[in-house]
Amino acid sequence: MINVFKAFVRKEVYHILRDRRTLFILFGVPIAQVMIFGYAITNEFRDASIHVLDHAGDQASMKLVQHLQSSGNIQVEGLIRSESLIEDGFKSGITKLVLVIPEDFSEQLYRGSDMNIQLLADGSDPNNASTLVQYITAMINDFRREEAGFTAGAYQIGVETRMLYNPQLISAYNFIPGTIAFILLMISAMMTSLTIAREKELGTMEILLVSPLNPFLIILGKVTPYALLSFINAILVVVIGYFVFDVPVLGGMTLLLSTCLLYVVTALALGTLISTVSTTQQDAMMRSLMGLMMPSMLLSGFIFPIASMPEVLQIISRVVPATYFIRILKGVMLRGTGFGFVAFEISILALMTALFLFGSYRNFKIRLE
Amino acid sequence: MLQNRVINVQNLTKKFGVFTAVDSISFHVEQGEIFGFLGANGAGKTTAIKMLNGLSKPTSGSGTVAGFDINTQSEQIKKRIGYMSQKFSLYGDLTVKENIRFYAGIYGLSHRLIRQRTQSILQELHLQTVKNQLVDALPLGWKQRLSFAISMIHEPDIVFLDEPTGGVDPKVRRQFWETIYEVSEQGRTIFVTTHYMDEAEYCDRVSIMVAGKIEALNTPEALKEEFSAISMDDVFLKLARE
Repeated sequence: MINVFKAFVRKEVYHILRDRRTLFILFGVPIAQVMIFGYAITNEFRDASIHVLDHAGDQASMKLVQHLQSSGNIQVEGLIRSESLIEDGFKSGITKLVLVIPEDFSEQLYRGSDMNIQLLADGSDPNNASTLVQYITAMINDFRREEAGFTAGAYQIGVETRMLYNPQLISAYNFIPGTIAFILLMISAMMTSLTIAREKELGTMEILLVSPLNPFLIILGKVTPYALLSFINAILVVVIGYFVFDVPVLGGMTLLLSTCLLYVVTALALGTLISTVSTTQQDAMMRSLMGLMMPSMLLSGFIFPIASMPEVLQIISRVVPATYFIRILKGVMLRGTGFGFVAFEISILALMTALFLFGSYRNFKIRLE
Repeated sequence: MLQNRVINVQNLTKKFGVFTAVDSISFHVEQGEIFGFLGANGAGKTTAIKMLNGLSKPTSGSGTVAGFDINTQSEQIKKRIGYMSQKFSLYGDLTVKENIRFYAGIYGLSHRLIRQRTQSILQELHLQTVKNQLVDALPLGWKQRLSFAISMIHEPDIVFLDEPTGGVDPKVRRQFWETIYEVSEQGRTIFVTTHYMDEAEYCDRVSIMVAGKIEALNTPEALKEEFSAISMDDVFLKLARE
């Protein structure tokens, strides 16, 4: 039995090593994806250029501008003279935000009365705009506190914000767990469904089924190399995240790896399920793309927050395995959560896996009848 | 007499819903025979073969293949039969040697046997010089013979050939049939489906399926006489017209 299994795995390894496309998907895509998400797609801003319309033009307002620049993240591009020029900067795309300082700025500042600073941001890029507005608001409050010794008075509510677990709001903290979930799914589910569909297309599946090989051994032999490879990939992404993007792993390594393993099995079960209903590689590819990749990207909370989705999509997101896996990963990696806090997600994943396995078992049986 | 019937089926039927793909067929095949299993596309050939191979359970009917019951002992049957399809069933991205070793491996042969059989196949088919080449690089005729040899790597009693010569030129087809004769002389039973009526003449006995039923079964000579036809092609046409 073991020898039969070995013969099968050896053949599968030959397939993988000899197909450049497979090799590229296995190793090129994960690395490329992490790098792209890491460097290109980011909600952070560096060197955001802003304009200042300074109606006050006194020492206090100059100090404020200097204070903003001192952070290094904001580049004050220049001063504008009049309201009518505000839009020009936005239209030419030079400026991301205009800070309007009122005439009686210093009076407001030192008396501690209400402040009337206006921030105008380029809303055509909403994520960037709101992050920038938040950031500058925080800096102005800082400035106010330092400069006027202002503390929350009787009539004001002092709100102090701290971003726990990711104080600098580094976006890598979000995309590394998301990418792990995505890559494991892509390799385990898509690649296995493709490789099984390929055997059907070639006609070799027929030969395998006519042989005394147990159908389970066929599936097991086909998925084992991919399970191993996707697991290696998961570790690779964690390592890149840690060393290149400083994403920590605060929780237990054993918990992290065993949940990765569970998710690999979930994805393999899904891949097998897809392969039992598709007859060609193209068919399997379309099904994995539409049925797995898209929901896992868009509805798992990886790119768009689930809480802000319409109710229908929220319900769908609840049946996407990646949703739970990303929650587990964020908990374990970023918050150092222990088993107790992710037990719910783990049991949901386990339940889903059992369902998928049962489904593919039934489908496989039916095909043999 | 009955012991020599390596395939023996009675009233074998397969229904898919209301459609009857195979309609109560009965026939037997003797050991060492070359049995031609003919029929137009959709006549039910493939479904019938699947039932004999243990890939599909009959809706009703009974029978034995290699001495085992097709309803209950499909696992034993699988060990005793070989199968080769039109698609040659080889992995193009594996070398000749790797293909042989893989199929030997999945039939559970021991390391010693795998080495032995690999050597003998390479020698018999004169493939020593290309043993480390990818199968994709071989000419079609070579692939076909390799595929045939591999389907017998576990020394089965019966070999099922499902349109083994599809898409191959006449010269190569003739060569292939010579190999089939050699194998049958060794006492192995050949169960072959084909589209080519000239190939039907090479068979010991031929059955012709029409719409799920076996409409004719005899030696090619007897069939020609029965239908007063000059060739098997003619027999086939006359049957189809009825």
